This record gives sequence, C-alpha cells and structure tokens, in this order.
Amino acid sequence: MKQVLVVDDSAVIRKVARRILEGLHFRTNEAQDGRAALAECEKGMPDAILLDWNMPEMDGFEFLCALRKMPGGAAPKVVFCTTENEVGHIARAMHAGADEYIMKPFDQNIMRSKFEEIGLV
Amino acid sequence: MRNLHAAFPPPQPVGGAGAVRPSATEGSAANVAFDRFRRQLAALTGIEVAADRQYLVEARLAPIMRARDIGDFPELLRRFERRESEALVREIIEAMTTSETSFFRDRAPFDVFRDQTLPELMATRATARRLRIWCAACSSGQEAYSLAMTLDQSANALRGWSVELLATDISQTAIDAARAGAYSQFEVQRGLSTTQLLRYFQRQGDGWRVNEHIRARIVFQEFNLLSNLDGLGKFDAIFCRNVLLYFDPETRRDVLARLSRALADDGCLFLGASELAGERHPAFAAPGSDGVLRLRGRPRPQLRLAHAV
Repeated sequence: MKQVLVVDDSAVIRKVARRILEGLHFRTNEAQDGRAALAECEKGMPDAILLDWNMPEMDGFEFLCALRKMPGGAAPKVVFCTTENEVGHIARAMHAGADEYIMKPFDQNIMRSKFEEIGLV
Repeated sequence: MRNLHAAFPPPQPVGGAGAVRPSATEGSAANVAFDRFRRQLAALTGIEVAADRQYLVEARLAPIMRARDIGDFPELLRRFERRESEALVREIIEAMTTSETSFFRDRAPFDVFRDQTLPELMATRATARRLRIWCAACSSGQEAYSLAMTLDQSANALRGWSVELLATDISQTAIDAARAGAYSQFEVQRGLSTTQLLRYFQRQGDGWRVNEHIRARIVFQEFNLLSNLDGLGKFDAIFCRNVLLYFDPETRRDVLARLSRALADDGCLFLGASELAGERHPAFAAPGSDGVLRLRGRPRPQLRLAHAV
C-alpha cells in the first residue's frame, strides 16, 4: 500500500484529504506545516505528498525546495493543493518541481484523477 | 433552429423501433401514461427507460414542470404527447439525454487512438493526407476536446494534413455548451493533467475556457443518431461511447448498422467499455484486445514503419 503525506495547516482539510485518500487505498500520515513535513520525511519518505501552498513556519515552496535536496527527496510525487487557481500560480508550482496541482475544493473523483495522472492509482 | 420533426420524427405506433408495450397488469392511468411516454421517448431518441424508473424520470423532468408551472406529471406527459410546443419536446429530450462526462474519460481509448489508430490511419492515407473523425454524442464537449488535444499531441506528424473533427449531440443545449468550451474548476480537474490545463485552457471568470486554437478545430452540430447518417459522409474513426447502452437492443443494432456504413473500410469505431456486453453485430469483427470495433472482413491495416525495408 502506497503512503501519502498530507501537509496542510488546516486540520479540517487534513482530515478530509486523508479520508478521501484512504478511500483510494492509500496509507496516510499528516503534518501541519513544512517543517513538520520535513521531519516526517526524515522518518520515512512517502510515495506522494499532498502539499498546501500557504502555511506558517515553512510554506509549500520552501518545503518543496528543501525536500528535493534531501537524500531520496527526489522520489516522492508532489501534488500541490491550494485555492490559488491563477495560471501563473499553477505554472510556478509545476516549475518548482510539483508533479501535479489540485485546486480546492476537490472531491474523490478529482483526487483520483490527479493520482492517476502521477501513476499512483 | 432546425425543424424539430426533421430531427425527431413523429412517434411510431406500437411495434416501431424501441417500442415498449404496456403490460396487461399495469392498470393505473399514471402507469399507462408513463408507458406511453417511455414508448414515445424510445421512438424519438432510442433511449430505453425501465418501467420501474418513473421516479427518476419525474426527478429529471421536475425542473421543467416548475419552470412551466405544470401541476402534475401526467399533465406534462399529455403535453409531450400532443407535442404542445417544439421547445417543450426539446427540453424533455435534453433532460432525458444529459449524461455525465469528463475529459479523457476512461483514458485508455484515447491512448489507443493516439498510439495505434492514428498511426495506422495515417499510414494508409499518406497520399490523400486527409482524416475525418466523428465524436457522435459529444454531450458538453469534453470528449471532443479530448480528441482535439490528442490530435494536437501529434501535430508535427499531422502537419500538412486536413483533419476534420465533427462533434454532434442530440441536445442543442449540450452543443451550445460544447461550442462555448467553458468549464468550471471542478470539470477541468477531472481527467485533465495540470500540464494539459496550462497548455489548452485559459482562465475565464471563475472557470476555464478551451483555447481558441483547439476550439477552432472542431465543428459542433446538433444531430440525432436515429436520423439519416448518409449526409455526413464516411469517417476514419467514430467515437460513440456510452450511448448505445441507453438504447434497447433493436435500436442498438440499427444504430450500429448505420454507423458501420458511415465508417471507412478500414476505419475504427470506439464504444464504451463492455458496452455491447457480449452482443455481436454482423458488420463488425469481434473487438480486439484494444476494445476497438473494426468492420468484418477488413483486416487491420499494416503499420508501415519508417525504417521498414
């Protein structure tokens, strides 16, 4: 079973995302910001990371840059998950090394299609 | 707007295509009225509604009743029966034929089209350099745009080719929506990769719109699959996915026979996954492992490889 790390400062979003991902037969763990997410990755690299953009402490961009420099940090597929839906924002996220981009609000079908896109469903 | 009765012939008497006879045990006036409705809808659209689905039909038609201030369901059916207005008949047909769709639905058929069908067709048409593709029930346009995006991926190989992509649907509302090419954030997230979204769409208000260079490749047109296909000419590939399953077996056979005649000898028909559920049609060979239907007696063309000696 593949592991997905859910990174979001909103406990509600983390809960909803985990429930959807578990419905798609993923194991999940969570972190409330980029720093906590890095600590989770040091314990064990997940197969994919659902990553919020705006977070206190360390935001999604900073986390992504730090992740990719870690040993084994190139491996996880990263799906940016945010309310930002401007073309420029999305393009920047992809350019920074995200594999996919999901806009809130989302449902299970959308989540499934994004994880199909990165080859995990 | 085209003449309704040209597109939708008047209902046939019992025994016509898709006819459903009321059973002797169904006594109530409401059941009889619903049976007549099912029979007429089948004659007009080929769509078969099961006898126990009255509540679903009522739910689908409720917005029309509210908008037109029609008090009860039998009254709506009476007005439909006597073809009270072209608009009413059209609204009812549209409410009954709307189906869910998404970009690159099921994905595999588009991969097969890109990786097998298109190279095969291009190999056998290398002189004429002309392709005609028909998306035969395009609904709100996602399948047609998925095909246009798939063709765009082969743009280099298709340079200098004339590629015609026709997209039709029985519903004028669906065709209007398809032609506009505007989708909500929810819709663009289903089936489209972010790379495709950035490449083929632009933001428009709260949603997204297909870029002009993709929209311009598709001709959208209202068309009933039960009407005469002869005027459309021959196609090299036809997508008619998740449509036949709504038809009764007799109508399904009839539509398949007519689609077979609209297909080039070595053309391909794409249906929905296991849509025929084991049924065979005399015009078509059994589907191969790719699930694509080809005409019987027309072997799959050999793929000519560039390095072949």
